[in-house]
Amino acid sequence: MKQKLYLYSRFERLWHWAQAILIIFLLLTGFEIHGSLELFGYEKAYLWHVYAGVALVVLTAFAIFWHLTTGAWRHYWPVKEKIPQICYYYAVGIFRGEPHPFEKRPDQKLNPLQRLAYLLLKLILYPLQFITAFLLVSYQWWPQLGIKTTFQKVAYYHTAGAFAFLFFLIIHAYLSTTGRPWYSHLRGIILGWEEVGC
Amino acid sequence: MAVTSNWCRCTSCHAGYGWKDKNFDFSEEKIDCLVCHDTTGTYKKFPTDCGYPPLKDKLFAGKKLFKAVNLSYVAQHVGHTTRESCGKCHFYSGGGDGVKRGDIDSTLIAPSKEIDVHMDAKGLNFTCSTCHTTVAHEIDGRHYDSPAPGRRELAFPRYEGHRVRCESCHGVRPHKPSKKLFDWRLVKLNDHTDRVACQTCHIPLYARGKPTNIYWDWSTAGRHKDGKPIVKKGPFGRPEYHTKKGTLKWGKNLVPVYFWYNGTYSYVLPGERVEKREPVVIIRPNGSAEDPEARIFPFKPHFGKQPYDPVNKLLIVPKLFGPKGSGAFWAEFDWKKSAAAGMAAAGLPFSGQVDFIETVYYHALSHMVAPKDKALKCEACHIRQGGRLANISGVYLPGRDRLVELDKIGQALCLIALLFVSVHGLARIIISLKRK
Ligand code: HEC
Ligand code: HEC
Ligand code: HEC
Ligand code: HEC
Ligand code: HEC
Ligand code: HEM
Repeated sequence: MKQKLYLYSRFERLWHWAQAILIIFLLLTGFEIHGSLELFGYEKAYLWHVYAGVALVVLTAFAIFWHLTTGAWRHYWPVKEKIPQICYYYAVGIFRGEPHPFEKRPDQKLNPLQRLAYLLLKLILYPLQFITAFLLVSYQWWPQLGIKTTFQKVAYYHTAGAFAFLFFLIIHAYLSTTGRPWYSHLRGIILGWEEVGC
Repeated sequence: MAVTSNWCRCTSCHAGYGWKDKNFDFSEEKIDCLVCHDTTGTYKKFPTDCGYPPLKDKLFAGKKLFKAVNLSYVAQHVGHTTRESCGKCHFYSGGGDGVKRGDIDSTLIAPSKEIDVHMDAKGLNFTCSTCHTTVAHEIDGRHYDSPAPGRRELAFPRYEGHRVRCESCHGVRPHKPSKKLFDWRLVKLNDHTDRVACQTCHIPLYARGKPTNIYWDWSTAGRHKDGKPIVKKGPFGRPEYHTKKGTLKWGKNLVPVYFWYNGTYSYVLPGERVEKREPVVIIRPNGSAEDPEARIFPFKPHFGKQPYDPVNKLLIVPKLFGPKGSGAFWAEFDWKKSAAAGMAAAGLPFSGQVDFIETVYYHALSHMVAPKDKALKCEACHIRQGGRLANISGVYLPGRDRLVELDKIGQALCLIALLFVSVHGLARIIISLKRK
């Protein structure tokens, strides 16, 4: 039995897509700064990267505020159940047409694997990228701030973080097509409403 | 006038290397200076129109005059200096207009803003001494002090008026927004000045006025045609071959080379043994990333081929000018005789053998600052390969540098992920098609 659920509020959708665009843009400009791409020209790539980075920080600050005030942070609280079943589903079940072992509900819209992945993203990758980014832009003031490291090291961590983001993005974008029909998850995050069940 | 003869910068005309500071014994070099003057005298392009009488070598033969050289004398006699008065020597160093340095030539008498924003005749119209302030008649520069005096900061009167650094007038963070309150781009440009010299970005090309000599091969000098000396003009109207000088190459609008430079040079001194590891660097800028005074600085490399004594491993100081019978190269065109005479005069041993060796001098570039819109673009340096700073070590230069292993691992993981999702997706598509 199919059911239409309102899963993602307007703020969440806005946040999600702004974040997606910013991260893709940060990846493009970042890897141009890195020397792997040539798209905008170095100067623009660098400036826009920093502007987009600041925008992402501001957006994230809003999102943290939103999650705390609405209690939506609970969606990311990790749970143990069903993780093996979900892994089995993506490895085998999905090809056999079996149903997803996890059923989305407005009060638990993220499956346990998602929870884990997003939690890692938010607790490790974001801070890593933001802290290194802060160091990169502030390196002229390190002596005053009492920071002792080398620009090179920080840049390496920032680059490593960038690769992790790219990795995440590939998997994440693909998994978004695994709904039934394939665009149902996408529709959910665009319109807010998603058909769940089968 | 007489002073000129000593200041002629003979050092580049021949192996009169190591002319490092004012303590250098000029009396040893006097003959070489005459040589220089002969060159300029016969050099057709030498402008005699600036109220400057034609140079006559004989006039300068007096030894006393050579000893009397000092810059304060020059400064006093040129009075309130004009660009011409300094330029009489400096534009023609190396024996011709712009020969030696790629950034000081006769176009600076009345340059456009395009050539030099400071000496722009219709604009700022600086004279040389606007920057090269003279304190107690000592012209600021590396001649009296090495490195040049003054600090890299605004030159307030309490610093005795030394003003020969770009920072003396512009400060260390010279890029300020004119309209906006804050401009991150300019902040970033300012962040460079602790490592990158102003000149590096603001002198994107050298020899923008007159062509400069980039290669000087003495080994071919002395050829004659039907008993007559040969002068063959090449591109830019400059000699490609000259019996007295050898093979010459010229260039215009050239890209500098870059080194760490703290304002001092290392020189190969006369009598210093040099291994035949070519090219021998005769004037080498000092400095490294660890040196807080050093900046990445632009240089003109001046390549050449000079006489060399392969047995004693010495650069030869040849005798060039003199009457027949003295061994002078320009009278007899015999390197062995000329070397014997020159080395004897320099008090150095000579084995009797003359070989030729590739050499290079580096000249720091500080003039012909281009208009601001011609300053180097980010990509000139921040590029994976072939950038201007490709050979600069000791800094992490984003875009050029990376941790190759990290890139490999990152790329590999992302590729694996991509492959994995592609296979997974393809399998899903195939299965769903079959099901239909
Ligand atoms: C009479 C010829 C002559 C005149 C005129 C002259 N100079 Fe020089 N100047 C020289 C020579 C030759 C040297 C090189 C001395 C050396 O390297 O030891 C030199 C050295 C210098 C240096 C130091 C360069 C270095 O490589 O360290 C500066 C700066 C300088 N001159 C500026 C000026 C200025 C400014 C004027 C005009 C006020 C001027 N000179 C006029 C001949 C002249
Ligand atoms: C805009 C300021 C400015 C003007 C004008 C200027 N110079 Fe300089 N000059 C410099 C600076 C800066 C240096 C580098 C000093 C140092 O070593 O830090 C320099 C260095 C030199 C040197 C030594 C180059 C070397 O090997 O380091 C000579 C020679 C020289 N100037 C001659 C001249 C002459 C001749 C003129 C006039 C035609 C002139 N300068 C005009 C700023 C100026
Ligand atoms: C004696 C003081 C003085 C020194 C030394 C000096 N400058 Fe300047 N410079 C000026 C002044 C004055 C201006 C004109 C500023 C204005 O128009 O606002 C100027 C303008 C400029 C400009 C802007 C040109 C444009 O397109 O408008 C550049 C770039 C510049 N200087 C670079 C340098 C560099 C590089 C050096 C060192 C080689 C240097 N300056 C040394 C005084 C100096
Ligand atoms: C990394 C390259 C770089 C370095 C290093 C650098 N500049 Fe610049 N500079 C630029 C560029 C690019 C501009 C043009 C800025 C713009 O578009 O407004 C500029 C502009 C200027 C201007 C004109 C400013 C104006 O608004 O009129 C001056 C003066 C100047 N630079 C002086 C200096 C001095 C002095 C130093 C050394 C302390 C220096 N620069 C070092 C790249 C550089
Ligand atoms: C003359 C070569 C050169 C040019 C031109 C140049 N840079 Fe750099 N840049 C360097 C060097 C060398 C370093 C490393 C030294 C350092 O840390 O200051 C560097 C460091 C940097 C860094 C990392 C350190 C920091 O300050 O954050 C950034 C970002 C950067 N450049 C951006 C730019 C941008 C943007 C432009 C153009 C507007 C530019 N660069 C133009 C040579 C250059
Ligand atoms: C998803 C987030 C981000 C990604 C994927 C990313 C990616 C990258 C990459 C690949 C580089 C090149 C690193 C190098 O070659 O050294 C880079 C550089 C840089 N990033 Fe980011 N970045 C992100 C977020 C940010 C943020 C939030 C800021 C802060 C405003 C920032 C500021 C910078 C700066 C200043 C540089 C230049 C310094 C350098 O080259 O190391 N980045 N970024």
